[in-house]
Amino acid sequence: MSFSLLVAQLINGLQTGSVYALVALGYSMVYGIIKLLNFAHGDIIMVGAYMVYFAIASFALPPIVAIILAVGVSTLLGVLIEKVAYTPLRSAPRLSLLITAIGISFLLENGAQLVFGADQKSMRSMITGTVSMGSINISMAAVVTILVSVAIMILLSFVVNKTKMGKAMRAVSEDMGAAQLMGISLNKTISMTFAMGSALAGVGAVLYLCAYPQASPTMGSMLGIKAFVSAVLGGIGSIPGAMIGGFAIGILEALVAAAGFSMWKDAAVFLVLIIVLLFKPTGFLGKKIQEKV
Amino acid sequence: MKRVKLKTPARYIINTSLTVLLYVLLSVIVAATGLRGEYYKGIIITVGINIILATSLNVVCGYLGQLPLGHAGFMAVGAYAGAIFMKATPAATLLRAGNTVALIPYIIIAILISALVAGIFGLLIGIPALRLKGDYLAIITLGFGEIIRVVLTNIDSVLGFKFTYGASGLARIPKFTSLAVMFIVTALCLFLIHVFMKSRHGRAVLSIRDNEIAAESVGINTTFYKTTAFVFSAMLAGVAGCLYAGYIGSLYPSTFKFMKSIEILVMVVLGGMGSMLGSVISAVVLTALPEMLRAFSDYRMVVYSLALVLMMIFRPKGLMGTYDFSMGNTIEKIVNNIRKKKEVKDE
Repeated sequence: MSFSLLVAQLINGLQTGSVYALVALGYSMVYGIIKLLNFAHGDIIMVGAYMVYFAIASFALPPIVAIILAVGVSTLLGVLIEKVAYTPLRSAPRLSLLITAIGISFLLENGAQLVFGADQKSMRSMITGTVSMGSINISMAAVVTILVSVAIMILLSFVVNKTKMGKAMRAVSEDMGAAQLMGISLNKTISMTFAMGSALAGVGAVLYLCAYPQASPTMGSMLGIKAFVSAVLGGIGSIPGAMIGGFAIGILEALVAAAGFSMWKDAAVFLVLIIVLLFKPTGFLGKKIQEKV
Repeated sequence: MKRVKLKTPARYIINTSLTVLLYVLLSVIVAATGLRGEYYKGIIITVGINIILATSLNVVCGYLGQLPLGHAGFMAVGAYAGAIFMKATPAATLLRAGNTVALIPYIIIAILISALVAGIFGLLIGIPALRLKGDYLAIITLGFGEIIRVVLTNIDSVLGFKFTYGASGLARIPKFTSLAVMFIVTALCLFLIHVFMKSRHGRAVLSIRDNEIAAESVGINTTFYKTTAFVFSAMLAGVAGCLYAGYIGSLYPSTFKFMKSIEILVMVVLGGMGSMLGSVISAVVLTALPEMLRAFSDYRMVVYSLALVLMMIFRPKGLMGTYDFSMGNTIEKIVNNIRKKKEVKDE
C-alpha cells in the first residue's frame, strides 16, 4: 500500500472515529451518572440525521438552520426520553432500566420506519471540496469533522471540570445520595447530562451526514453500538477515554477495510470489544470499581 | 382432614395425556380446516419454534437473572448446522418419496447435531461472557451474536468452497419439520427445562439469580452453574434453529440479526422473567396475533417496543411474574377444596 493511500485511510478513520467519539461521549456521560447503557442514544442520532435531511433536502433551509434544528430536536428528545422512560425507573433494578432502554431504541427505530419510510434518504453532502497537502488530498468534510469534534471535546472537558454544573454532575456520578444531601438537585443534574449527551449526538448526526450523506431508520443502531464499543475501549465514564476510544475504533475500521476485509469490519470491532472486556474491562482510562458485598 | 397429594407418576400420566390431547386437537384443527389448514399448520409450527426460543432464553434471563442479547446467534448456528447436515443426507429424496419412517433417524441426528454445535458455541461464548455482569454481559453477547452473523455471511470466501452460501442464502433444505416433529420436540424441550429447573441444579441456578454472593458462600459453584444454564439455553436455541431451518427451507444470515434476539427477549419479558408459562403464553400470543391481524403487521414492532417500555414502567415483573403453572398442583387444590366443602357440610 502506498504511503499516500495509507494516510488517506487514516484520515478517513479519524473522520469516522471523531463521530464515534462524539457519540461515545454521550454514552459515557449517561453511564457515568445513572449507570445506564442508553441503547436509545444511537437512535437519537438517527432522528437528528432525519432533521438535517428534511431541513436541507425537503425545505432547502440553510445548513446552519439544519444544524440548529438537529441539535435542538436531539436535545429535546433525549430529555423527553429520560423524563418519560428512565425517571420512573430510577430505583428499579438495573436490568429493568436496560430493557426499557432497548425498548425505547426499538420504538424510535420502528417509529421512524413508519413515519419516514424504510428506504434510505440520500442528500447532497453539506461540505464539498478538498484540501491538498503535497500528494495527499484530504476532503474538506474530514477536516471540518475532526476539528469540530476536537473543539467540542475540549469545550466539554471545560464544562465538566470547571463549571458548577459540571461539578454537580461529577458529584452525582460519584455518590448520588451524598450529592443530594449537599443540596444538588438530582433531577436537574441528570436531565442536564442527558441534554448534553443528546446535543452531542445531534452534532454527531450532522458530522455523520457530512461523511455519509444518507439517513435510514436503522442507521443509529450500528453506529450507537460502535460508539458504545469506543466508550468501553477508552474507559467508560471518562471524557478523554471516549475520544481515544472513538479514534481507535475509527482507525481500526479504516485499516481493516484498507487491508481488503471490509466485510469483516463489524466483526473486528466486536472482537476488539470482547478482548477489551475480558482483559481490561475498565478500558484505557477507566477507574476501577470495587464490588461491595 | 387428610389432604390429597398426587404422586409423581400420576402427575406425569396426567401431563402426558393432556399433551397428547393437545396434539390431537391441533391436528384435528389442521385436518378439519382443509386448505386453510396448511396456513394454520405454518402458524402452529412457528409458534412452537418461538416457544422453544422464549423458554430457552427464559432459562438464562429469568432463572439465572442475566441478560444475554445474542440468542439469535445460537439459533443461527443450530439452524445452519442442522440444515447442512440434512442437505448432506438423502433426506430430501426420502421426503419426496413420503417415507417418513426412514426419515426419523435423520431428523433426530440433525436435531442432536444442532444442539451439540449450538452448545459448543454456547460454551465458547459463555465461559468468557459470564465473567461479566449486567450491561457488560448484554453487550458482549450482542457482540458474539453479531460476529456469528458476520462469519456466517463471509465464511465461504475464507474456506474457498460453498459452505453457508453467504448472503445469498442456504436454499433447498429438506422441509422435515412437520406438525408432529415440531410438537414432539417442543414438548421434549419444555419437559427438559422443567426437569432441569426442578432438580438441585435448577435450585442452584435460582439461588444465583437471587443472590450470587450468598449462593457462592453456601458452596454453590456459581461459575459452573452459570455456564451450565447458559450452554443449556444455547442448545435449546440451536434445536429451535434446526426446526426453523426444516420448516422454512432456506436460511439467510440476515434473519438472525440483533432484532431477532430482541423479539425473543420481548416474549420473555412480557410473559414474566422466570415463568415458563408466561414465556409460552407470550410466545403464542405474539406469534399468532400478528399473523391473524395482517393489516397490523406494519405496527407490530412499534407495538412490541411500546409494550416493552410500558411493561417495565408499570409492571416490571411481566404478565405472570415468576408464577408457574402445574396441572398436578391445580388438581390437588381443586380436590382438596371440594373435600373441605363436603366436610363443612357434613358437620
